[in-house]
Amino acid sequence: MQTHQYDVVIVGAGGAGMRAALESSTRARTAVISKLYPTRSHTGAAQGGMCAALANVEDDNWEWHTFDTVKGGDYLVDQDAAEVMAKEAIDAVLDLEKMGLPFNRTPDGLIDQRRFGGHTRNHGEAAVRRSCYAADRTGHMILQTLYQQCVKQDVEFFNEFYVLDVLLTDDLSTGDVPDGQPVRVSGVVAYDLASGEIHVFRAKSVVFATGGAGKIYKTTSNAHTLTGDGMALALRRGIPLEDMEFFQFHPTGLAGLGILLSEAARGEGAILRNSEGERFMERYAPTIKDLAPRDIVARSMANEVREGRGAGPNKDYVLLDLTHLEPAHIDAKLPDITEFARTYLGIEPYTEPVPVYPTAHYAMGGIPTTIDAEVLRNNTDVIGGLFAAGEVACVSVHGSNRLGTNSLLDINVFGKRAGISAAAYAATADWVDLPQEPAAAVVGEIERMRDAAAGERVSDLRRALQESMDANAQVFRTAESLTAALTDIRTLQKRYRSVGVQDKGKQFNTDLLEALELGFLLDLAEVVVVGALAREESRGGHFREDFPDRDDAAFMKHTMAYRRPSAAEPGETEIRLDHKPVTVTRYQPMERKY
Amino acid sequence: MTTVLETTGHATPEPAAEVGAIPSFDVTLRIRRFLPDTPEAEAYWEEFTVTAHGTDRVLDAMHKVKWEVDGSLTFRRSCAHGICGSDAMRINGRNRLACKTLLKDLDIKKPITIEPIKGLPVIKDLVVDMEPFFASYREIMPFLITNGNEPTRERRQSAEQRERYDDTTKCILCAACTSSCPVFWTDGQYFGPAAIVNAHRFIFDSRDEGAAQRLEILNDREGVWRCRTVFNCTEACPRGIEVTKAIQEVKRAMITRAF
Repeated sequence: MQTHQYDVVIVGAGGAGMRAALESSTRARTAVISKLYPTRSHTGAAQGGMCAALANVEDDNWEWHTFDTVKGGDYLVDQDAAEVMAKEAIDAVLDLEKMGLPFNRTPDGLIDQRRFGGHTRNHGEAAVRRSCYAADRTGHMILQTLYQQCVKQDVEFFNEFYVLDVLLTDDLSTGDVPDGQPVRVSGVVAYDLASGEIHVFRAKSVVFATGGAGKIYKTTSNAHTLTGDGMALALRRGIPLEDMEFFQFHPTGLAGLGILLSEAARGEGAILRNSEGERFMERYAPTIKDLAPRDIVARSMANEVREGRGAGPNKDYVLLDLTHLEPAHIDAKLPDITEFARTYLGIEPYTEPVPVYPTAHYAMGGIPTTIDAEVLRNNTDVIGGLFAAGEVACVSVHGSNRLGTNSLLDINVFGKRAGISAAAYAATADWVDLPQEPAAAVVGEIERMRDAAAGERVSDLRRALQESMDANAQVFRTAESLTAALTDIRTLQKRYRSVGVQDKGKQFNTDLLEALELGFLLDLAEVVVVGALAREESRGGHFREDFPDRDDAAFMKHTMAYRRPSAAEPGETEIRLDHKPVTVTRYQPMERKY
Repeated sequence: MTTVLETTGHATPEPAAEVGAIPSFDVTLRIRRFLPDTPEAEAYWEEFTVTAHGTDRVLDAMHKVKWEVDGSLTFRRSCAHGICGSDAMRINGRNRLACKTLLKDLDIKKPITIEPIKGLPVIKDLVVDMEPFFASYREIMPFLITNGNEPTRERRQSAEQRERYDDTTKCILCAACTSSCPVFWTDGQYFGPAAIVNAHRFIFDSRDEGAAQRLEILNDREGVWRCRTVFNCTEACPRGIEVTKAIQEVKRAMITRAF
């Protein structure tokens, strides 16, 4: 076992983690620990753009952007946080341009902007050109640009290191630490994939920037490595997770595969059609049609299929029609996604419509934070030195449904804030002691799994989880379907205890890591489903067929899910739900129409 | 070892001639293996036969082996759709991404050979040590270099100026190009195509003022002049970058000092 000491440790090297590192590494001794090489992170798969009210091509301002974000999130957004994000968006885009990001340009040489779902002029009048973009590989260019800057600043990386525990001064998992009592982070425990060795990182500040958890679903745009590690580690150590029942299904995944086709396609004029060739979004969102927010479009598509108007031999998808767009325009603005259609489905988008269906895309919920990225351990107390930013966090700027482009914005605005906050905290805080035997829990779990005789197969359990989540907790949910999912998850959690891995080696044991990742997925799926069962209303990305309306009187509040010892079954845990008020500043909830 | 698998993942058999059903077929993967934890480890070939479907990629077949036959089979992967650059490997003798190579586009009557990319030390099975590759990348100063005060707003750049270096911004650092280069195989010191591509991305960016420094670095005996213009790199690039052309443009810029 090796022990390291840094002022600031950042976990995750996607957009949020590297943006944080650029701030923190100039102010404090910083290490970035990442399970992947930084340029493999899933920020690179984002396509369409990053919104900011630059007003480079038409009238726009940050207040309209704030309103769209609040309304898009179906009023579950904390409005003070949304305002921070929309205001700081402008500098966030300009920062990236100054770092060298190759944005597409207007004829005047300014950063070009295009339309995106839910982003409107003057509080919903019409779609506005707000998304700054680099073809349909904006996320790729952000990830590359941030990595380039990290190379320039000589940021220290620990690549292919898996963080498997976060160390706190107090055990929050029992629920016995009183509110108000100071609790601090003291470091993290990591597993070096190349050697199989354990490394303990002692730190004054720790930033979690580990991304999402899309692999709880079968059909997803997410990478194989998006297994919610950071969220699950926090949950296990007694930190709550906020609003996890809200998961975004992106409307246009390649049918059957889930590979993302950017909303930018519709921003550039593509149209969704059913088997009858009808532009069905005209019925669901008469004003902005195909550019309605993702929850509405995804539900409309699923409804078309359910009512028998799906396309294809099994009538199980709808069509994204780009055939009326000029091929040269498609090549200039949407080269990657049209290539995906050709490569994976053998479809030529110039002449044929592309089969699409909603795909699990983004966790709106996560580790609760303040607008300075400090992690909350209840509704008011922060954990000293612990920060989170990006998809792993819930500020909450996305509420119950994130608008397209606001995640690339989130990682830049709150990644930067997290890096500044972490360095500032480390500058004044004393060192705290690591717990006795800080790696004992991790070592125990790894040895148990590696040494287990042939047990349950990881892939069997994972497939069963993912199929149940797709069937029971996707776009449409009911008490019945969610109860079925919960029963499945609980059964799988029990079976997981006897999981075994075949690879007994120390070096590069990805078999072992997949087993550990499955544990994270099972824990998070439970939180998603428990939250979804309790929220007996429909709001944003969470649609209950048995409670189809939004219920502000009962549910205009954030869910706070805590993992605590079970009262009924000693030795087991259960998810206990509490609530946190929504911060409302300018905008009172209204009916959400587009 | 040869193992035949049923991998539909459903308890009930699928109807044979369902309308629109994706046809399934058996494929054999012939994989170059190396397990470092075994004493006196040596590389060897191992064959696996799995049932695949019409839209499956090579990566899907490899996952079937790992998840259902032999968990020790080791490879890197993440996004699974050709964006993250994790899974470059040598498939039937050509460098490609396993997640972007469809089985139906290969000759499945014969075993599909899968080997690690060449020229970098093998750690385990298909996993190679990427550090030398990233070290070359870092050496060419892959970041925007500017002089003077930062502007308040964005730097202006015309659409034409932006187009000038568009192709080389697509690079995902997968190493398919560099590890397809015969010069790189025999001379590990050579910067390799990917580093030059990333130098090109900045040399031809109108906002950048570090071109002279980068050209100086690449004028080294291990720099661009080692390129023999065999076009392996262009053929290997999963992003369709005209790599050889970019290298030629850097060579020309070195002579003419025009960029």
